[in-house]
Amino acid sequence: MSRSLREVVFVDGVRTPFGKAGPKGIYAETRADDLVVRCIRELMRRNPSLPADRVDEVAIAATTQIGDQGLTIGRTAALLAGLPRSVPGYAIDRMCAGAMTAVTTTASGIAFGAYDVAIAGGVEHMGHHPMGEGVDPNPRFVSEKIVDSSALVMGATAENLHDRFPHLTKERADAFALASQQKYATAVAAGQIGPELVPVATRSTEHGWGLATVDEPPRPDTTLDGLASLKTPFRPHGSVTAGNAAGLNDGATGCLLAAEDVARELGLTIGMRLVGYGFAGVEPEVMGVGPIPSTEKALARTGLSIEDIGLFELNEAFAVQVLAFLDHFGIADDDGRVNPWGGAIAVGHPLASSGVRLMTQLSRQFAERPDIRYGLTAMCIGIGMGGTVTWENPNWEGVEK
Amino acid sequence: MRDALFADEVVTHACVRFVRVPGLAGEIALITIDNGHDHTRPSTFGPGGLASLDAALDEVAAHTPAPAAIAVTGKPFVFAVGADLSGVPAITSADQAREIAEAGHRVFRRLKDAAVPTFAFVNGAALGGGLELALHCSYRTISGGAFVAFPEVFLGLVPGWGGTQLLPNLIGIDGAVSVIVENALAQNKTTPGPRAAELGIADAVFEPADFLERSLEWAAGVLRGDVVVRRPEVDRLAWDDALARARQIVQARTRNASPGALRAVELLDLARAGAEGDAFTAGTTAEDDALTDLLMSDELRAGLYSFDLVNRRAKRPAGAPDRMLARQVTKVGVVGAGLMASQLALLLVRRLEVPVVLTDVDQVRVDKGVGYVHGELDELAGRGRLSPDRLNRLKRLVTGSLDKAAFADADLVLEAVFEELSVKQQVLAEVEAVVSAECVLATNTSALSVTEMAAELQHPERVVGLHFFNPVAVLPLLEVVRAERTDDATLATAFAVGKALAKSCVLVADAPAFVVNRLLTRFLGEVTAAVDAGTPVVVAERALEPLGLPMTPFELLSLVGPPVALHVAERMHEAFPDRFAVGAGLRRMVELGKASVFSGPGVVDPDLAGIDAGDSPLTAEELRDRAERALAQEIRLMLDEGVVQAVQDIDLCILLGAGWPFWLGGISAYLDRAGVSEAVTGQRFLPKGVASLPA
Repeated sequence: MSRSLREVVFVDGVRTPFGKAGPKGIYAETRADDLVVRCIRELMRRNPSLPADRVDEVAIAATTQIGDQGLTIGRTAALLAGLPRSVPGYAIDRMCAGAMTAVTTTASGIAFGAYDVAIAGGVEHMGHHPMGEGVDPNPRFVSEKIVDSSALVMGATAENLHDRFPHLTKERADAFALASQQKYATAVAAGQIGPELVPVATRSTEHGWGLATVDEPPRPDTTLDGLASLKTPFRPHGSVTAGNAAGLNDGATGCLLAAEDVARELGLTIGMRLVGYGFAGVEPEVMGVGPIPSTEKALARTGLSIEDIGLFELNEAFAVQVLAFLDHFGIADDDGRVNPWGGAIAVGHPLASSGVRLMTQLSRQFAERPDIRYGLTAMCIGIGMGGTVTWENPNWEGVEK
Repeated sequence: MRDALFADEVVTHACVRFVRVPGLAGEIALITIDNGHDHTRPSTFGPGGLASLDAALDEVAAHTPAPAAIAVTGKPFVFAVGADLSGVPAITSADQAREIAEAGHRVFRRLKDAAVPTFAFVNGAALGGGLELALHCSYRTISGGAFVAFPEVFLGLVPGWGGTQLLPNLIGIDGAVSVIVENALAQNKTTPGPRAAELGIADAVFEPADFLERSLEWAAGVLRGDVVVRRPEVDRLAWDDALARARQIVQARTRNASPGALRAVELLDLARAGAEGDAFTAGTTAEDDALTDLLMSDELRAGLYSFDLVNRRAKRPAGAPDRMLARQVTKVGVVGAGLMASQLALLLVRRLEVPVVLTDVDQVRVDKGVGYVHGELDELAGRGRLSPDRLNRLKRLVTGSLDKAAFADADLVLEAVFEELSVKQQVLAEVEAVVSAECVLATNTSALSVTEMAAELQHPERVVGLHFFNPVAVLPLLEVVRAERTDDATLATAFAVGKALAKSCVLVADAPAFVVNRLLTRFLGEVTAAVDAGTPVVVAERALEPLGLPMTPFELLSLVGPPVALHVAERMHEAFPDRFAVGAGLRRMVELGKASVFSGPGVVDPDLAGIDAGDSPLTAEELRDRAERALAQEIRLMLDEGVVQAVQDIDLCILLGAGWPFWLGGISAYLDRAGVSEAVTGQRFLPKGVASLPA
């Protein structure tokens, strides 16, 4: 048989407002799987021309796949969301790049011809599932020095980056963090962030039902002085603080992917066209540099160069780790192409969900920016990896060179 | 007073949050009503709960800026299930009763009279006062998984926190009659959310998965004017016909013996003036009067007593052994393949989902029995009650055998053969020869001695009586008979099986005819004796009408079947010749093969002419008095004999096995309040206040 690769498009993306993890967070009494269900239902409501039985796969990522994030969450969330029983689903894990991997994996299936339409997303309820819950690292990691003992503590890997790149100072990290908060606040005020949010009814046995409609983590009143005074929990007199890193958060994301011809047949909007992707491994103790080789890989395989990228949506697990990326590619700390609407330092980073937040945000910027042809979403991943997905703006009005 | 009355109130708290909804300028004051327990303890309104809602509405009123709307919703799976009735037994005066009635009106009315639109988001069960709370709001959404009902009339009350006035003025009188009267008197039928929306009780229905989010979005649409709620105009000309229908239902179901049902119809009549302004004030005042009268009525107190028996005592049978002693039942044998045995086999296979083997004396009967069960299963599947896979599973589990050796690995064998002691003894001996020493042997006798049946067996301790009631699939009672030598493991297994069969089990001693048949036979014996003595059949037929029993004595006789009734009467006459007569008329009916004394409605069968030709007829009142006195005497004797643990068990049996109405409290509450028990036995069955007004 002969076959041809199909173009894959990102149709639409949504997310729940992100919450602060912990007993006082907005989602303290809300189940993780219910957050996913809200995203799936909202995707179906926003795209009424898509018949539910045309969804060929539901891939949902979670780092800790137990309890309300267990039981093959892609399948169970699909059932709970009311999708037909004929729609299959699965759970997927690549730590912080879970949702990103859900997208690349289902997109590959679409390109290959195994699916027409897929839902991909992720969730992390870090209040219900603190980082490292239930892990049992093999003692060989340490005995054979397979990884450095700091590799499993993400904040420690960020401190290691400051060691490796002494010119990426705490002051630069704090300045980047402050800008993230400010850019996020500006985007919210401009109504750029908000339309992609799915309101979530939040239960509290003490206070009654509420409705989450906005992100809980941002600190719009952040100042440089305030950032400078924060503790450095991972190392005495270190550089990494709660202010220049993403917090511990709860939230879920979801997006709709389709073969481009199917999207047109069904009358679905085309938010972005998938160009390529790459994943790469690095030394686990400096996992934050992961996006550098993954980006180089993704670009090399698609014949693009870093200069072709007009918008960067980089996950801000730690400011220093984004700075390392920018430094490598010769991009200024405050380059306007980078995270124009702020990033995870402001909005939060519910681990496995974040990849689709980056994509949704990029897609919404593409709609506003017909002058830009290519964008990139990238993130670092625990145990030393990076992931990059490159996208083309279907609204681009330029001329092919 | 509040504290003293409702000392144990599980208070339903009302918590307010001011929420922002996308697309809406102002805030919505979202009130959650939640008693702090999970869905197994639904939220109710007692004085504390009403005060909390009142305070929440104060908080909303004091909030600046004023919210755009007020919305009320419940904890997961439950909106609210009505008034907290746990404190009712402590209400001793009409003033106290009125205060409760008025408090509900006062607080709920704040939602109706609020300065901003009000919404009820009915996320789960909304019963009684919970539904009334929702009806006071300007708009309602309902979850596809929710259900609503007004159970008040079933209990002997009225939906008197606005329900009788608001519902007919929202959905029309005919729908209101269905919900308030007809459904309540049809075993408390509830209305699912989508149907409630069709009836007009709710304005919009949303799926449970995102019910609250969609409700808030919908409310924002209503407030913006984007969503327009259209309700059909209430047809004022429909009142007379609907009320006539209501009266017919009340007459048919209660024989007008329940003051609550009659009062509800009166209040619905009043609602024709509307539910606004002075009309609503007049309507709610009439509701206050009705609630006060009913809360201070013996009928309601008896109704609550009955409700408690059926919902609590029935679930924790008095005297049952530790359930841990029960043996697992993985296969069941049924001896006999007649109609009763086949019905039991059907019930057993559907509920226990284990192999059920039927035996009988010849292949034709066995095939007929198995065929009956398979046919019933097919019919259930045809009605969509069984999936094809489940149908296959259940049919495969039911088999027949001529050889009792098929019982060898059974854990329970139930015999349902001809009602003759020697036959049953022989059957049990044959079964014992093939089964294990632990296999429980159960007999479905209606009047024979279980102890005698077991006497000749090697292991009489594993014999127990399981007395089912016809129709087996419908009547919820199971009398579990402990014979003299029945051991605890056998008894525990019997209770476990009964529970698995979804029956309410009552432990009874191995006394003649146990509880229900003994009382009904005594009662019917008085009626047939009166007819023998010359009381006209039509007089006897209607003599008990004031009690509001579900059927007349002769309807009961036809249901039981004259041959069975005669058999039991003869057995009882043997046991207690001075109290149980065997009516000559009954004997004649059986001889002539008559299933009923009537050949047509109210027409005595000409073949039975003269059965009431005696020369000392009783009036209806005299017969009723005699029947009531006989019941009181028999109950006292049964208690003295230790047939049951307490009179509550007799009442439970009568409620569940004979279907006698709640307002009689089984029967002892009625006999106490009518003074019959004291006149006959010198004492009450229950202290004042238990199933009646306190002293």
